[in-house]
Amino acid sequence: MANHSTATSHADFVQHHFVTADQQFDSAKLGMWVFLVTEILFFGGLFTAYTVLRMTHPDLFAEASTELDTLWGTVNTLVLIGSSLTVAMAIKSAQLNQTKNIAINLGITIVLAFIFLMIKYFNWMHHFSLGIYPGTAYSFTGIDDPHASIFFSLYYLMTGLHGIHVVVGIGVMTWLLVKSLKGQFHSEYYTPLEIGGLYWHLVDIIWIFLYPLFYLIH
Amino acid sequence: MNELSKLFLPPDKSTVAHHYDSLFWFVHISGLILVVGLLAVIVYFVIKYHRSSEDEVTPVIKGDNKLEITWSVIPLIFVLIVFGWGYKLYMQEQTVPDDAYEVHVTGQQWSWGFDYANGAHSQKELHVPAGRPVKLVMTSKDVIHSFYVPSFRLKQDVLPNRYTSLWFNAPDTGRYQIFCAEYCGTGHSQMLGTVVVQKPQDFQTWLAKNKGGASNSNLKPAELGKQIYNQYACSTCHSTDGSKKTGPSWKGLFGSKVQLSSGKTVTADSAYIHESIIHPNAKVVKGFQPVMPNFQGQFDDNQINAIIEYIKTLK
Amino acid sequence: MDTAESNPNLKKVQVQRYKPEEDPENHYLNAEKGIWSWLTTLDHKRIGILYLISITFFFFVGGLMALMIRTELWTPTKTFIQAHTYNELFTLHGSIMIFLFLVPSVPAALGNFILPVQLGAKDVAFPRLNLLSYYLYITGAGIVIWAILSGGVDTGWTFYTPYSIQTSTAVTIMTFGVFVIGFSSILTGVNFITTIHKMRAPGMTWGKISLFTWSLYATSIMQILATPVLAITLALVAMERIMHVGIFDPALGGDPLLYEHMFWFYSHPAVYIMIVPGFGVVSEVITTFSKKHIFGYWAIALSSLAISLISFLVWGHHMFVSGQSAMASMVFSFLTFLVGIPTGIKMFNWAATLYKGSIKLESPLLYIFGFFFLFLVGGITGIVLASIALDVHLHDTYYVVAHFHFVMVGGMVMAFLAGLHYWWPKITGKMYNEKLARFTCVMIFIGFNVTFLPQFIMGAQGMPRRYFNYIEQFQPFHQVSTIGAYILGLGFFTVFLYLVKSLFTGEKAPANPWGSRGLEFQVPSPVPAHNFDHIPVIVHGPYDYHKPMEEFQLGLAEFGNGHGETVDPDIKTGSKEIKAE
Repeated sequence: MANHSTATSHADFVQHHFVTADQQFDSAKLGMWVFLVTEILFFGGLFTAYTVLRMTHPDLFAEASTELDTLWGTVNTLVLIGSSLTVAMAIKSAQLNQTKNIAINLGITIVLAFIFLMIKYFNWMHHFSLGIYPGTAYSFTGIDDPHASIFFSLYYLMTGLHGIHVVVGIGVMTWLLVKSLKGQFHSEYYTPLEIGGLYWHLVDIIWIFLYPLFYLIH
Repeated sequence: MNELSKLFLPPDKSTVAHHYDSLFWFVHISGLILVVGLLAVIVYFVIKYHRSSEDEVTPVIKGDNKLEITWSVIPLIFVLIVFGWGYKLYMQEQTVPDDAYEVHVTGQQWSWGFDYANGAHSQKELHVPAGRPVKLVMTSKDVIHSFYVPSFRLKQDVLPNRYTSLWFNAPDTGRYQIFCAEYCGTGHSQMLGTVVVQKPQDFQTWLAKNKGGASNSNLKPAELGKQIYNQYACSTCHSTDGSKKTGPSWKGLFGSKVQLSSGKTVTADSAYIHESIIHPNAKVVKGFQPVMPNFQGQFDDNQINAIIEYIKTLK
Repeated sequence: MDTAESNPNLKKVQVQRYKPEEDPENHYLNAEKGIWSWLTTLDHKRIGILYLISITFFFFVGGLMALMIRTELWTPTKTFIQAHTYNELFTLHGSIMIFLFLVPSVPAALGNFILPVQLGAKDVAFPRLNLLSYYLYITGAGIVIWAILSGGVDTGWTFYTPYSIQTSTAVTIMTFGVFVIGFSSILTGVNFITTIHKMRAPGMTWGKISLFTWSLYATSIMQILATPVLAITLALVAMERIMHVGIFDPALGGDPLLYEHMFWFYSHPAVYIMIVPGFGVVSEVITTFSKKHIFGYWAIALSSLAISLISFLVWGHHMFVSGQSAMASMVFSFLTFLVGIPTGIKMFNWAATLYKGSIKLESPLLYIFGFFFLFLVGGITGIVLASIALDVHLHDTYYVVAHFHFVMVGGMVMAFLAGLHYWWPKITGKMYNEKLARFTCVMIFIGFNVTFLPQFIMGAQGMPRRYFNYIEQFQPFHQVSTIGAYILGLGFFTVFLYLVKSLFTGEKAPANPWGSRGLEFQVPSPVPAHNFDHIPVIVHGPYDYHKPMEEFQLGLAEFGNGHGETVDPDIKTGSKEIKAE
């Protein structure tokens, strides 16, 4: 009984419910874009909380921002932008059938992501050493404002949530790296790379918004 | 119309309430006409176009733009009228007259406190003069509450760390129900009160008598304690007849042995009662929830002593 | 008119008729055997069934809680439970009914099953994501049960701060559970949007998709935009409880009104997420049982999208007395009146569809008429509440409780039951007891009105909601309402009984018991494992009752046998040219 009612034969990377490879690729891209919209709304709630709290505590935010290390914040921004570049290069390599370069570019992306996390780790550890903890554990005396912990709580929440997304991204990139080493991506099929790349670009863009809001307040 | 009003709405006891009721009935009657009308049309169609045979063919009617526009525009006009009317009424409710008499309202889990310009205080009962605008300035000590007087058709949420306000003018004397209308925990449905609308001279008399709050030095300590028991609504949670409410009964309390939720047993002496008023969760009686509000700073030692003396009389 | 010869963009396709087999031997229910095949299925139809079983279970759990609430309210003071227990019951009743029943009901249980078939597809775009959605639902539900077992929650389903931060009940666990369930909803939305865009059969233009599909599309848009905001809001409540970050707690410099705004930004669209799929069912059932083309296809389709958009702009009507500015309240009130217009348009179009129809009052249609009356009343009372001045008196009273039960139960649950009955033969291959179904529909209708009509009156008289005790004057209303609740509960339970019984003793269902032109009725009952054994070709919309049934059963004449070999089709003689409009 025919259950693939198409005149063209299915390549093995086309799933059963799709008629053509193009339909599969287009669907995957649309699905990922829609998912990214949900991520924007998800972070949007936090950006809203940030906006409201900054409007009600403008001086606190300006003063507390100086406690954050702008140099390392900037380095991290460049690191992430670089990793977006290498992901885009990995996709380009696939389109050009340069299978070795796919793995190399993915590898560099993963390394850059780890560097980002490491820098964030050291940032946080430094803050903890000063007594800057979220919520009621806050014991830093360097800022003269009874609600000073609010700024830092938001900082931890937002960079923390972003960090979780980076960790997930590393997982995704690693999985893509393994598949690329097995030679599963080529110019005919690189859908997982495409949608993994889209996710990574979102993670980058969210940081690009976080960075000025926390590090560059004057 | 009035009879119908009586069935559905409480008597209108504020200057705004009457206007409220007019709008209420306009929307409801119009809605009723729409519901009955549309349903009549549907019932008619169902009967008239009942399927007579399975081979029946229906005409192809895909739509009618004129009809579509008609039944979009007419409802739109209707809702705009309702919006405009409601907006006018709402602006009246928001515009406080200049000569309004101010009362401060404090909501807390689970009673209402009222403080008047001359320093008088009442708990649970809001006294106001009739026929004069009254402005309530309200805040909460803990969570969000809502001050609601159905007879006035008025309601306003009461927030912690913030002030909200409500004004009304009640022309008729009488006693009107106050409800808390924002869920606030275990005692939410007990957080009742009464608006006591008095003739202006009676109101002035009451104000003078209650000036300075519950500390009226003409009363003997136990009598003062009883007054505080009523005015500060301890009765909401503590009975005097032995029945168990949100809190333990005061009957036979003084000097008795009390088992705590921690397992320890203590004697309900003066120190215990004093502590229970200002640190209620320090010792919670077994079988009860740790929900008693904290009265620290509200009573002076004289008043606490009066409460203890009152409890002693409840054998 | 252009023909394929004159216009190079038009394609001439050779098609063949594929008449659905009656009483098929092989279908999706017996394609694979064993419980493991069900738990690991990627078949959207089986996933739909898994959801159906789960939501039914939680509906009855939530319903039992409702009965306990109404029983307690028989007397003005304590009847048989403590105040604290009562507060937990109404919290859990609301949370379970909304998150574990209403939100998934039509989309996840019926939509998952029917949508791909209506589109002429073999599955949704992302079958594995679909299974993940289901397991997220189950995990979230499990966490909610854990919250119940950890002492329950007593904040109301709205979790208002600062009470939700201060209470010692299991709020943190509960919000975590709802957070997980939220992602189930989001991923279903992602799946449906992609499926509707990319998986339609040849010839199925946007003007030929069913109105049920349009409603799922509009719902999915709301799901993906609104649900993430709820997720982050509840996560922040949890963070506030654990770390006291100070975002919502005024004592720490935060703002409880911010919480309300963020919560209602989701929860208002949520009510449309719950009702719009029901609207889709109404369109399907009214057309089928009056054998007539829908009146105002584009009006109904586009009004769903209009609702999707405007629903995001009205959340403040839950906050008229919250302390938000008068200006904000006015804007929200105005927009709330506007959002009622598209829904009104739908009601008129549905009524007009009946005009000169060939109407058969079978049980799905009877449920839809129940929907009609009850949703209309619920909707009008929504217009009442949209007016700020009127809302001031009615907010947080039983009037609001009655309003939302009229639209959610009287509207949505009736529509859900209509859809369940309508597609039951397609899903199970069995017919249920029609007489009992009609009787039960009337019983539910009566029980519902007895329960909730008195609540409008006592609400207008000032009876506040979420009250364990009440003042004596309201007792007669409460008692009538409680009696109604038992009748209603009995009605729902009866539906469960006769539907389950039909699985064992029901008559075998034909492929198209209702004479529908919908694509899902052009395949066998129960549906084949891969939905279609051919690529369907669509020439007509699903409401073209003036066209012969054969023209809805067309598929590509060329087909392969699944192994890359082309087989000569058996073309019937006497073929004719059909122009797709």
